[in-house]
Amino acid sequence: MANYSTNEFKGGLKVMLDGDPCSIVENELVKPGKGQAFNRVKLRNLMTGRVGERTFKSGDSLEGADVMDLEMEYLYTDGDMWHFMKTDGSFEQYAVEKKALGDTAKWLKEQVPYTITLWNDKAISVTPPNFIELEVVETDPGLKGDTAQGGSKPATLSSGAVVRVPLFINQGEVLKIDTRSGEYVSRA
Amino acid sequence: MAIDWRPSAEITTLRERAHLLANVRAFFAQRDVMEVETPVLGQGGGTDVHLVSLVTQARTDKGQRRLWLQTSPEFHMKRLLAAGSGPIYQLARSFRDGEVGSRHNIEFTMLEWYRPGFALGELIDETTNLVMTLLPSFAGPVVHYRYRELFHTYLAVDPFTTSLEKLRTLASERGQMPAGTLANEGRDTCLDLLMSMVIEPQLGQNELSVVLEYPASQAALARRHQDVDGEWVASRFELYLNGIELANGYHELTDAAEQRARFNEDNAERRRLGLPEVDIDEHLLAALEHGMPEGAGVALGIDRLIQLALGKARLEDVLAFATPNC
Repeated sequence: MANYSTNEFKGGLKVMLDGDPCSIVENELVKPGKGQAFNRVKLRNLMTGRVGERTFKSGDSLEGADVMDLEMEYLYTDGDMWHFMKTDGSFEQYAVEKKALGDTAKWLKEQVPYTITLWNDKAISVTPPNFIELEVVETDPGLKGDTAQGGSKPATLSSGAVVRVPLFINQGEVLKIDTRSGEYVSRA
Repeated sequence: MAIDWRPSAEITTLRERAHLLANVRAFFAQRDVMEVETPVLGQGGGTDVHLVSLVTQARTDKGQRRLWLQTSPEFHMKRLLAAGSGPIYQLARSFRDGEVGSRHNIEFTMLEWYRPGFALGELIDETTNLVMTLLPSFAGPVVHYRYRELFHTYLAVDPFTTSLEKLRTLASERGQMPAGTLANEGRDTCLDLLMSMVIEPQLGQNELSVVLEYPASQAALARRHQDVDGEWVASRFELYLNGIELANGYHELTDAAEQRARFNEDNAERRRLGLPEVDIDEHLLAALEHGMPEGAGVALGIDRLIQLALGKARLEDVLAFATPNC
């Protein structure tokens, strides 16, 4: 991979740091009028998701990371690995480890497209779509007439996630959920 | 994608900017300091190792020449002083390649002025007066600090006597630098890093902070003198407000031979670092040889001061068209 110098650092650039692929979040030049320039760089470690700050001397460089995001549909799990298939018509499949799946495990639904981040052609993280439609498999019976507001209750969804829903929601209904906040949006 | 042709600053901000610049001119008119305009292009450039000049080619009366876009109007203004201009100021377009960020723009406006006969202390007072004129809501005190004292307060080390090894370790820890980054760096790089990352953000909080007595190695075009502890220091000050460096002033070097030696030192350092050498400004040296009056001068980043006066988050918020949008 190519090397990138601090003046090429910008949001979204993927670089290697301490052996892990990272995505640059922010790059700020810090320079005294008379003196050495530095770059204060905020990076997200793509393996752990953690964001940290580092300082570089301006002009220093980092190796680029061979990272790409691909859209893939979820197929099935064999218990050890989770299997996805590219949506570009190639039918190419990727197996994803539990560690890479992370919190997305609770938002899995067959045939839904996910964003898979590959590093050196290996899946390192899975991002669900912002909104997903899932069926309620378990919740307390709905309260008749309570369609406006007031109160919520837990509901278990077909993917295993538990979300707070309004009291009028019944088992078997399909709901639209915001996966970023884990919140109920509406009936689907 | 549609081209973003709109200004970086809002039109109302530009109107406020114009008003502040009118106040700057009134401030100097009142004090009989003459406004001057000097060229953006020069046959020599700044040799400062940490500044990157923009260079252009022009067909002149002497044929095709390499000309340097000035990183500050200093050299031309000093030639005016040597020619007997008396006190002068300028709102000068200046250029520093690669400097882009929330406090930097490659092309920016420097407010620079020179006061023949002034001691450094008098110029500090005038500079803080100007800043307070432009920030009428600012009532805070002006507090002076010695560079050395700041390192004792915030880092518990002495910038002059602590070993280089210890400075490297401290700077790379506090700066969260990848291991080994500072292995070949000298004292000044370590001190610059600690100053920018640790100390500066603490300065100018509800006060105007004036920093004095920088290490002699960071004198640039300032004289050097011995401080009360007998250390050689630069006769230089910097002004900070809200953690932002606003101004840099000198008791000016007037000795042509010393000036030439410093240019040569810079170019030697440039060769060592593999940086391009800069043509020495022989016009300036000739002017110093003729004789420049003793005095003090200061350069103030007026865009930054306008940014603070108007409470804007980024420098581009007060520029008609910032470099990424120019």
